[in-house]
Amino acid sequence: MRVGLFITCVNDTLYPRTGQAVVTLLERLGVQVAFPMAQSCCGQPQFNTGYRHLAEPLMRRYATAFQDVDHVVTPSGSCAAMIRDNYPRIAAKAAAEGRGDAMSEAAAGAVAKTHELTEFLVDILGVTDVGAYFPHTVTYHPTCHGLRVLRLGDRPLRLLEKVRGIELRELAGAEECCGFGGTFAVKNPAVSAAMGADKARALDDTGAAAVCAVDNSCLVHIGGTLARSGSAVRPVHIAEILASTEGSVL
Amino acid sequence: MPAFPRAAAVSTRDGGLRANLRHATHTIRAKRAAAVAELDDWERLRAAGAAIKDRTLRHLDHYLVRLEENVTRAGGTVHWAADAAEANRIVTDLVRATGEREVVKVKSMVTQEIGLNAALAEAGIRAYETDLAELIVQLGDDLPSHILVPAIHRNRGEIRDIFRDRMAQWGRPAPEGLTDRPADLAEAARLHLREKFLRSKVAISGANFMVAETGTLVVVESEGNGRMCLTLPETLISVVGIEKTVPTWQDLEVFLQLLPRSSTAERMNPYTSMWTGTTAEDGPRAFHLVLLDNGRTDTLADRVGRQALRCIRCSACLNVCPVYERAGGHAYGSPYPGPIGAILTPQLRGLISPLEESLPYASSLCGACYDACPVAIDIPEVLVHLRERVVEGGEVTVRGTRTVIKPARKHAAERALMRTAGWVLDHPAALRHGQRLAARTRRFHPRRLPGPGRTWTDSRELPEMPAESFRDWWARTRGGPTATRPREQAS
Ligand code: SF4
Repeated sequence: MRVGLFITCVNDTLYPRTGQAVVTLLERLGVQVAFPMAQSCCGQPQFNTGYRHLAEPLMRRYATAFQDVDHVVTPSGSCAAMIRDNYPRIAAKAAAEGRGDAMSEAAAGAVAKTHELTEFLVDILGVTDVGAYFPHTVTYHPTCHGLRVLRLGDRPLRLLEKVRGIELRELAGAEECCGFGGTFAVKNPAVSAAMGADKARALDDTGAAAVCAVDNSCLVHIGGTLARSGSAVRPVHIAEILASTEGSVL
Repeated sequence: MPAFPRAAAVSTRDGGLRANLRHATHTIRAKRAAAVAELDDWERLRAAGAAIKDRTLRHLDHYLVRLEENVTRAGGTVHWAADAAEANRIVTDLVRATGEREVVKVKSMVTQEIGLNAALAEAGIRAYETDLAELIVQLGDDLPSHILVPAIHRNRGEIRDIFRDRMAQWGRPAPEGLTDRPADLAEAARLHLREKFLRSKVAISGANFMVAETGTLVVVESEGNGRMCLTLPETLISVVGIEKTVPTWQDLEVFLQLLPRSSTAERMNPYTSMWTGTTAEDGPRAFHLVLLDNGRTDTLADRVGRQALRCIRCSACLNVCPVYERAGGHAYGSPYPGPIGAILTPQLRGLISPLEESLPYASSLCGACYDACPVAIDIPEVLVHLRERVVEGGEVTVRGTRTVIKPARKHAAERALMRTAGWVLDHPAALRHGQRLAARTRRFHPRRLPGPGRTWTDSRELPEMPAESFRDWWARTRGGPTATRPREQAS
């Protein structure tokens, strides 16, 4: 099994620790991983803001970068959702504009092999106990794209439940959007901030030391809001929890 | 700043409004989930609803002709209205012809859409809303803010004040010493309205469905005021959007299950009224059906956007929408608020002003609306599709003619930024260079962003820039043949 890592532009630039955690975790589980340097961004910000044509080269780049691997694993629910849900749409629209085949091929190849990290662990590797140790109280925020596009369901929780030392706290209104939404946060700042404030309050009420999610982009919004309100809850990507062991607790 | 963000920003600061909305939407949301969970074939019903609507819309011309034939055969008269002005003119002329100066109205979104009450008022005709919530809105000189509960933004105290202060100007005054108990408020409305039902000779309604095979119209409601209006007056005028057509009664059956459960969380509506043309010595003597286009066939011409026409106006998407919950219904600038309004208004009206251009962005794309919609309208898909129309322009149909529209002007700076970012992201060597530069200067990064980014740092802390990108870490620790492709080294 040849596995390629898609680290996403946000993780690459701002959260290299998440990528390192994925590498540590997968290698501990005996998976040999490759990181094709030709990879870049999945094109989600462009596509979701209305610049579909600017997402096309990024889709082709993704398909080429990962053409030699059997599976692509990414620690981002929303990027995985972009690839699985929107690449076929981009290809279909390109075909309707008479720029068909290459795009459809790129999309089809990318869609079939892309997995969000927890999906890959549970569905492809068939593990829920990844041998992790994390002695903290943690609450889980299911991000919208993980929840409603990828339908991750309880996969992340099944993985978290097997982490030794962890104490999971329930989050009220867990399924409500945190208000990030990519450029939404910039285009509708007041509503985004109001949503973020409500989410931060719910997180604070759990009394957990950390909130984890499958996406750093939601966590940057949530974490930024928590920090501004002086909350003690800190954001942590689920990969960093799953990578922790007794020898190296984060 | 365009219209929606500005209007929404005002509403988010209104604590009372937010509390009213939160309470109301969360209550109905929970009830709806329970009502839907009762049916184990819900997902199949939903798919059937979507399929019936899609098929009907694809052959809408055919079904509309059948509908017209059957309405006419049953003694009704069909009028076709291309836009709001034409519909208003037709209705005004019909009322004038009866010699009446007053009409009673059944709650109807489409008459809000065309501004019928104002048009009638201009012609010296008074239109009385008879739905309780619409009555509150009308007496309060207000606008509806929810599809199902137009006065959702009002609390009991406010309603009592409106009744006490305004009822007398519109007919029977409110009883002395009116309290804000729901039963007392309902009784005041009942007494006020009863006079109108008994006196009015003309009624105006919309319809939830029109069954083509028999020419039958259907209204579902909870209060019974609709049935009064549909049966007591001598003349009934129904104004209905052409997309409300269903081919047969068998098709109707699917929607009569989907609608109440999604809308009021009931198994069936308390009142389901159906009327077919006219019947001797029973109900209205004259029946007129005004079939309204007003942007609908233009919407139908858009293959992605047309799914918005499946909407059965249940309001489930509003009740689960986190943006609607904070922004309130008025921010959407039309009788169609919430997620459906964000995709319907820009299509029916066209991208004609900053408001319509801002509506496709009034969503975080969280997808809750899509999951809730009983006819499976992929609202996020249409939102993104319309965003593309806003920033890139493109082909649209306006009044039946293919036209190319230009990108919205104020997006020029964003477009330039996106292009540059797109170029950098498509050239990993340049990306890596930028990351290194940012990492080297990270001690000097501001904690507050300048320009449009400032709104971000107004309420959030920025993350800190790491010393090394993942890419560099990988190259440093495990650089090797898999790490770098020759093509990239050259670029
Ligand atoms: S879009 Fe769907 S959920 Fe929203 S009002 Fe229409 S039918 Fe109901």
